[in-house]
Amino acid sequence: MERTSSKMGKNRTGVQMSPKATEAMLAFTQQRQPTSHGDESGIAALRQSYIEEGDGVGSVPLPGTAKGMLKSGAKMMTGSRPQALVDKLAERLAFERTGTRLYTALITKHRSDVEGQVPIDQLVRFRDDEAQHVALLAEALQQLGADPTAQTPGADLVGVESMGLMQAITDPRTTFAQSLHAILVAELADHEGWDLLIALAESEGHKDLAQRFAAALDEEQTHLDHVRRWVSALTMGEARVGAPS
Amino acid sequence: MALDLLKDSGTPLDEQRFTWRDLVRKPISKLDDDAFTRVRIILMNGIEHESVLFKHFAARASNGELRLPLALARRVDHFQQTQVNWLLSPDMSPIETTIAYEQVAIEVTSSLAQQEPDPYLAQAYRFALLEDFDHLYRYSALLDRLEGKDANNILQSYTDIAPGRPTSVEHRHPSDDIRQHYDRTRATLATKLNAMTITAGEMQTHDYYMNIGPLFADPVARQLYAEIAAIEEQHVTHYGSFSDPGESLLEQWLLHEANEAWDYWSCVESETNPRIKAIWERFLDYELGQLHLVRELMKKHERRDPAEILGAAPAPIQFKSHRDFYRKVLANEVDLRTHGTQFVPKGEESRASIEQRKILNSEGSPSDTVAAGYQWYPGGELARNVVNF
Repeated sequence: MERTSSKMGKNRTGVQMSPKATEAMLAFTQQRQPTSHGDESGIAALRQSYIEEGDGVGSVPLPGTAKGMLKSGAKMMTGSRPQALVDKLAERLAFERTGTRLYTALITKHRSDVEGQVPIDQLVRFRDDEAQHVALLAEALQQLGADPTAQTPGADLVGVESMGLMQAITDPRTTFAQSLHAILVAELADHEGWDLLIALAESEGHKDLAQRFAAALDEEQTHLDHVRRWVSALTMGEARVGAPS
Repeated sequence: MALDLLKDSGTPLDEQRFTWRDLVRKPISKLDDDAFTRVRIILMNGIEHESVLFKHFAARASNGELRLPLALARRVDHFQQTQVNWLLSPDMSPIETTIAYEQVAIEVTSSLAQQEPDPYLAQAYRFALLEDFDHLYRYSALLDRLEGKDANNILQSYTDIAPGRPTSVEHRHPSDDIRQHYDRTRATLATKLNAMTITAGEMQTHDYYMNIGPLFADPVARQLYAEIAAIEEQHVTHYGSFSDPGESLLEQWLLHEANEAWDYWSCVESETNPRIKAIWERFLDYELGQLHLVRELMKKHERRDPAEILGAAPAPIQFKSHRDFYRKVLANEVDLRTHGTQFVPKGEESRASIEQRKILNSEGSPSDTVAAGYQWYPGGELARNVVNF
């Protein structure tokens, strides 16, 4: 069954669907003025008061192995904060894990929404790349004596950020093109994430890690280039076909 | 189609079956379906939610013989609730769903208030209606100022977005939330079913806010849900006290089943989406089957004729915009307060309630803060100077 992202139909959300009722609503808002005066600044003040009390979402765990302790301790002595790198590694690891799942869901959608414009084997390859990046990052964390199973603050927050992407892709009603747009958001963030991670690893003196990560970044660049092109092609294609359905 | 609560025997309980695929169906469209289809779904989720809660309570309070029939009927209620609630679509954010919940509260309460034959209880419906009306306005401000969305995308211009009785003055002492109950021997069936329907709606709203409040990162949203959930608790107290405490447990169960049948029948009568209408028709038959079971239990255990309690079903709930009605109520009754069981002018409110909310609001009022200077405009307040209407 071919589906389009922009079929024309009975969307009831806008005011043009009920102009008389909307006019009545607007007139009524003039009659019943706000009962509390001012503007949004009270919201900012309330948020600020909580921000001041905030103590972060959590912490980066202490290394659980003697080797890790030794490495962290040595770094601390030189004034470096190895937990920043551990947090970013765990963040990438979490994102790559989610990314693998996002691609898996996208591949299912491709199968039920074939347009022929996006080769499925390429999607499968991209998913496998993401899974390999998971392994690469877990290995890096272990090499540093850190726990690759721990959920650090960075890992936690990319999970929060990704929730909408997962919802968009796994909704059976969304088209392949709509889901691919969510993947584009993920790939843009992923690309930036690897870039930053490489810079951080280098600045922390982990040249070997930075080199291995550069290869991953190359793969992410390929993902991004392709996904960008597919999103563009599918969108333009739909606009050109354009006939209301 | 007429509804006969004494004769129709519906689908026998042992034929009320489900599969996981049947339970989890294609949801409605947030964008294309009529807002009242969503209103009916939310109301019926609340009705089944109450039914499950009631039957758990009843099982604990009843003699052992009723536990099995209660469990059998409750399991079906649970699955009915699942099928109904899972019709909501996943592209609704929790605040958007909240907007829909408040639309249910406003439009369904308006319908019941106009259908209620007891003048004191009709007043009580109108009283709480103005509070839910205000909640819609506060949550619309939150939706706009937190997510940048227009609540009217959900409301579809059926329901107004403007202040009612300000939420910040709705906080009362529990002694000012309990109402006079109806007399079970004299009250009409309509009075009993109205009370049951609205209590169920408020209970689910309370539970929904209590579940989703902590999902928000934003402290303003967390505070607003904490504040309005407290009013929903008051509303459950308020509406829950309408029923006569002298009703036996089986009488309450009988009324619950009759109420569910009446509510599903109201949905059947008004539903515009044929796919959803088929669900209402099926579940109306299921409820009639459950009602048949309880009629028999009542005869057996209490040696009473259900005809003492049940009669002709009242007119169906009117699922439509009640704009003219609640605007009139707002104009005339927004300044009412309570003193014990009575509705009184603002100046005669009980000291206990004034003291109660002085403490609660002493570090600021979330509902005042979120809606400070807020006026709804098509497309949200940021569109005021951009979208010409």
